[in-house]
Amino acid sequence: MTPTLESYVMLSAALFAVGFLGVLVRRNTLVVYMCLELMLVAASLALVAFSRFNGTEDGDVFVFFILTVAAAEVAVGLAIIVALFRTRQTIQVDRLDSLKH
Amino acid sequence: MEQLAFTCLSVFTLACAAGVVLSKNAVNGAMCLLLCLAGIAGLFIQLHAYLLAFVLVLVYAGAVVALFLFIIMLLDMQGGQPWRFRGFQAFAGVVAAALLATGLELLAVRGRLADSAPVGYSAGSSLKLYSYQLFTTYLLPVQVMGFLLLIAMLGVIVLSRRTREPEDGK
Repeated sequence: MTPTLESYVMLSAALFAVGFLGVLVRRNTLVVYMCLELMLVAASLALVAFSRFNGTEDGDVFVFFILTVAAAEVAVGLAIIVALFRTRQTIQVDRLDSLKH
Repeated sequence: MEQLAFTCLSVFTLACAAGVVLSKNAVNGAMCLLLCLAGIAGLFIQLHAYLLAFVLVLVYAGAVVALFLFIIMLLDMQGGQPWRFRGFQAFAGVVAAALLATGLELLAVRGRLADSAPVGYSAGSSLKLYSYQLFTTYLLPVQVMGFLLLIAMLGVIVLSRRTREPEDGK
């Protein structure tokens, strides 16, 4: 017995939900970033599952592009976080509130 | 057998994802992310996307998590509450959880996805097919991706230079 498409989609949605919860709840910018990566990977899992169950290649190719964009995004985001830390001495989300006031 | 492997892998992946969210120490979170990505790579292998599993381990586990660990070492991560459950955040969390639960429930009860026989066995696994697709149908996105990577590289260089200049000026 092989796992069904529904089970893959449910797993992907659950992973996405866990990542989303982390983005909402955590206060450390780096951990928020890790949770964002988790959400990206969950979307890739759904794409790969759909492309396998439909017999097409397109989803797999999209996952390639997602991986590329994720790598670029992580590099830029971490550079921004390091620059932020150099100027503000903190990366706690609650204390980065200059634009609020 | 395949179902058993899927169940084990999905439970492992979800547990590691929960570990990313719940761990107080950022280093433990990064390690949980690494294990979670290993689980996802296993699921990709089960979906016959061998090349993608390889690339996922190479790019995510090799580069991204290592980069995260470097930054965690570089920055001072101490102090402050790890979680926030106050006012608006708690409200947003509850609303998001309700929306996701409704979506999952609708998917489970009413969803009619394609009948569960996976097709196209050889399609997902061959490097030749991937490269054929990448260099014919998706040639323009590949070029755009190359340009994006170039811009990202330049942006990172500029970002890390500009913060250093005032220190030199002092």
